[in-house]
Amino acid sequence: MNRLPFLLEIGTEEIPDWMIPPALEQVREQFTKLLSEQRLGDDTVQVRVEGTPRRLVLEAANLPERQPDSEEWVLGPPKAAAFRDGQPTPAAEGFARKMGVAVGQLEIRQTAKGEYLGCARKIEGRPAQQILAAALPDLILGIHFPKTMYWTGKGGPRFIRPIRWLVAMLGDQVVPFELAGVRTGDVSRGHRLLGSAAVRVTPGDYAQSLRENYVLVSAAERRRRIETEIARLLGPTGLRLRSDPALLQTLVYLTEYPTPVLGGFDPDFLGLPEEVLVTVMRHHQRYFSLEDAAGRLAPNFIAVMNTAGDPEGLIRQGHERVLQARLRDAQFFWRVDQHKTLADRLPMLAQVTYQAKLGSYLDKARRMARLARRLARMLKLDAAPVERAALLAKCDLTTEMVKEFTELQGVVGGLYAGRQGESEEVWRAIYEHYRPESMEDPIPATVHGKLVSLADKLDTLQGCFRLGLTPSGSRDPFALRRAAQGVVRILVEGRLALPLKRLVGSDQALVEFFEDRLRYYFRDVRGFRYDEVNAALAAGWDDLTDLESRLTALQAVRPTENFEPLAASFKRIKNILKQAGVALSAATRASAVDEGRLEPGPETELHEAFRRLRGRVRLLRRRKDYRPALEAIASLRPVVDRFFDRVLVNAPDPAIRQNRLTLLTQLLSEFSAIADFSEIVTTQEEK
Amino acid sequence: MYTFQDILMRLKEYWGRQGCVLQEPYDLEVGAGTMCPETFLRVLGPQPYRVAYIQPSRRPADGRYGENPNRLYKHWQLQVILKPSPDDIQDRYLASLEAIGIDLRKHDIKFEEDNWESPTLGAWGIGWQVMLDGLEVTQFTYFQQCGGLDLEVVPVELTYGMERLAAFLQGKSSVYDIQWAEGVTYRDVRLADEVQFSVYNFELADVATLWKLFELHEAECARLLEAWPGSSDKRRFPLLAAYDQVLKCSHLFNLLDSRGAISVTERVAVIARVRKLAVGVAEAWLRQNQGEAAA
Repeated sequence: MNRLPFLLEIGTEEIPDWMIPPALEQVREQFTKLLSEQRLGDDTVQVRVEGTPRRLVLEAANLPERQPDSEEWVLGPPKAAAFRDGQPTPAAEGFARKMGVAVGQLEIRQTAKGEYLGCARKIEGRPAQQILAAALPDLILGIHFPKTMYWTGKGGPRFIRPIRWLVAMLGDQVVPFELAGVRTGDVSRGHRLLGSAAVRVTPGDYAQSLRENYVLVSAAERRRRIETEIARLLGPTGLRLRSDPALLQTLVYLTEYPTPVLGGFDPDFLGLPEEVLVTVMRHHQRYFSLEDAAGRLAPNFIAVMNTAGDPEGLIRQGHERVLQARLRDAQFFWRVDQHKTLADRLPMLAQVTYQAKLGSYLDKARRMARLARRLARMLKLDAAPVERAALLAKCDLTTEMVKEFTELQGVVGGLYAGRQGESEEVWRAIYEHYRPESMEDPIPATVHGKLVSLADKLDTLQGCFRLGLTPSGSRDPFALRRAAQGVVRILVEGRLALPLKRLVGSDQALVEFFEDRLRYYFRDVRGFRYDEVNAALAAGWDDLTDLESRLTALQAVRPTENFEPLAASFKRIKNILKQAGVALSAATRASAVDEGRLEPGPETELHEAFRRLRGRVRLLRRRKDYRPALEAIASLRPVVDRFFDRVLVNAPDPAIRQNRLTLLTQLLSEFSAIADFSEIVTTQEEK
Repeated sequence: MYTFQDILMRLKEYWGRQGCVLQEPYDLEVGAGTMCPETFLRVLGPQPYRVAYIQPSRRPADGRYGENPNRLYKHWQLQVILKPSPDDIQDRYLASLEAIGIDLRKHDIKFEEDNWESPTLGAWGIGWQVMLDGLEVTQFTYFQQCGGLDLEVVPVELTYGMERLAAFLQGKSSVYDIQWAEGVTYRDVRLADEVQFSVYNFELADVATLWKLFELHEAECARLLEAWPGSSDKRRFPLLAAYDQVLKCSHLFNLLDSRGAISVTERVAVIARVRKLAVGVAEAWLRQNQGEAAA
C-alpha cells in the first residue's frame, strides 16, 4: 500500500490565543477518530497538530492512499427456499443473477436466523482523498469554541473567526472541498506584513516554506525563539527575567514570528508599589518584568513583537511611550488617592451598592467586622486588629487606583493602609483578604488575613443564599462557588478549628452547598476516594480540620485486612436495623442491652468486645487519635463475623430480638462517629 | 508631520476611495459612533451600505477636568461601516494605517481578542482591539446582533480612537499637545470644553432635572412606538425621530451615572429601559425598510 503525507491548514483571521491549544487537541482527536472509523489508521500513521493565531494545522505522515479492500456478505434466500431436491429454485437463480455470479459460486452460511444462501462480495477500498474530502468540512466546523460567530450572513457557517483560506493536500494532490465559500488549494499565506500573501506549499516543505515567509508554525519553535532572544538581550545588562509561564504561553499563541525587545521606563516610577507596576506591565501590556541582581524590580521590560526585528528602535519607543502613559496614569491615581485615608473613605462606601437587598458596601463592611470579631474570639485572638481590617477592607473600592485597576482591589487597600500608619496586622489582612481567588492562588498568609477573608466570603454566601441568589448550572454571577471553596481551603489548609456549620447557621441549602464543595475539595483536589469522603461527611462535620484528620485516618486504615469486611458488616447492620424499623434516635441509643437475655457464645462475645472497646475508642476519639481508634474498631471484625455466622438477629422471641437490635444499634452509633462505614463501597461491591 | 486634521482628512479620503459615503457627525450627543443612525439603523436588514464619519463621542464619566494627559470627556472617533464586510477587510484596514504614514513593516501589529457589547443597544459583535506597538488604536468588530436582532448581513465596524492615533504619530505623550492644525494645539481647541463639562457632569448637573428629562424623552419615544402599529402610512412614520429620543435617553443616563446618581442595581434597570426603546425602534425600522424594498 502506497503511503502519503497529509497536510491540513485552516487559515483564519486572528484566533484568541487561549483558544488555540484546545482547538488543536480537538482536531487531533477527531482526525484520529476519522482515520480509525474509515480504516485508514494504524500504528505507522503519525498525527501532529500545530497552530498560530492565523492557522490551525494538522500534519499526518504515512497515511494509506486508500482503505484496504474488504469483503461483504450479501444475504440471499433461506436455504430451505433456495434448493428443492438438491436443485436450485428460481429464488436462488434470481439471487445469483442479481449478484452477477453463477449459482455454484453462492455459499450457504449459518446465521442467527438459520441457514441462508448468500454471496461474498469484495469491496474495493475507497481512496483516502475521497474520504477526507467528504469528512473534513464537518470535522472543521465541529471544532468547539467558547464563542463563535457567523460572517457569510445569517444562517451561514459558524467558527471562532472567519476562515479565509484552506490548504488540504494528500501527497502532491489537493484534497478538494469547499467551506464557507473557500476552496481548498495548495496555497498558504505568509506573515501578514513580512511574508508573501501566497505561498505554495506541499506536505513535505510546509514548515520550511512558511519559515521563509516569517511564520514559525511550531509553537515550540516560537517559544524557543522568545526564550533565546530574551537571554541574548539580557546577557550584557545584568538584568534577570521574572519568569512568567502563563504570559509566555499567551505570547507564543499571539504571534507568528515572535521577537522580544528590551525597553525601559523612567526610574521615577519605581516609587509606585511593585504590585501596581507589575500589573500594568503584565495585565495591560503583556510585558515581562525584569529585576536586578539583588532581586529588585528594574525600570525595564520585555515586550514580544509579532515581527522580525526593530532596527530603528521605533517599536521599542512606541511600547515605552504607551507604558509611560499608563504608569503616569497610575502615578496620578496614587497621588490623588492619598488625599483621603482609607478610614476617611468609610462613609463613602454608603454610596456604593453591594447588592440592592444586601445594602451598601458600608453595610457589608460592618457585617464583616462583626463576624471577624466573632471568629477572632472563637480562636482566642485579640479581636481589635481583625475587626479594624475587616471594616477598612472594602474602602479601596472608592479609590481611583482600584477603579482603574480592578484586579488590584484589596492589594491597593493594604498598601494604602500601610502607608497611612495602620499596623502591620491590619494592612496585611486587608492586602490579602481576597485570597484565594482560584484553586491555585495561595490562601492568606497571616491569621488576620484568613479571618477577614472568611468574614468577607461567609457574609457573601449567607446574604446571597438568604435571598435565593444561588448558583445554577454554569451561572454563578456572585462567584459563590469560588467563595465557598475559598472558605474550605482557608479552614483546612490554614488549620483553623472553627465551627463552620455553626457559623453557617440554619440555612439548609447553604449547608448542602458547602457539603458539595467539601466533596469536590477532598475528592478532586486532595485525592481522597469519593466513598471515604461520603463516610466522613456522613459521620457529621463542623470543624473542617477535624474532618480532614478523620479522613486521613480513614484513608490510612482502609487497606488493612479487617477494614473492608467490617465496613460490609456495618452496612449489613444498617440494613437489618432499617428493615426492623429501628430509628437511630437518642431513645434507642439510650436503651440498655439486657445482659441476661444475651445468648452465651458469639453474642455475649460481641457484647463484651463492644464494651471493652467502647471506652478506649471514646478516649482516642476525644484525643483525636483517629487512626488507632479506627484500628481498634476494625479489630471487632472477627467477633462481628462470628456473630452473623451463628446468631439469628430475627429471633422468634420478640424480647430476644429486641435485645439484639439494641446491641447492634449501640454498636453502630458508637462506632460511626468518626466515619460512617456503611458509606464505604467495598471491593466486593465494585465487582 | 501630519496634523490632527491632516490625519482625519487622509483617513476619510482613504475610506471614501473604498466606496464609503462620507458623512458628517450626527448632531446629537452620543457615547460612541455606533449609536448614530448611520450605524445602528443601517446595519439592520439586507441592503449593502458603506459609510465613514468622524463622531465626537461623549463619555461624561471619563472626564478629568483636562488634567489627565490621556482621558477625555469627549473624544473623536472615526467610525467606518462596511456592510457586508469584504473578505480582505483586515488588509484594507491595515492599508488605511499606511495612508496616514505608518510604515507597517517597521511596526508591531497585533489583533488581540476583544468582543464588543452594548447592552443599551442590544448589540454585540466579535472582534479585536488592534494594537500598534502596544497601543490600542482601533476597535475591529464583526457585528452579530443589533437592537436584539440577528443581523442578516454581517457588517464590519472599525472605530479609530483619533487622539491616541494622532499622539502616536506625532510622538506626543499628552493628547493636549497634539498639533490640531499648523500652530494650533488640541489644548487650544478643546481644553475649556473638557474643564467645563467635567465641572458640569461631576458637580453641577441637577440630578432631579436630568431624571425629569430622561422620563420626558422616554415617554416621547414610547408614545411614537405605540402609534407605529396603527399608522396608516408606514413609510412616512418618523421612526428616525423616535430614535433621536433613544439617543437623548442614553446620554442622560450617562450623565446621571457620572453624577453618581445611579446605583449598581438601578443601572441594570435603567439600561433595560433604554434597551427596550432601542429594540422597539430597530424592529419597526426593519419592517419599514422591508416594506420599501418590497414596494
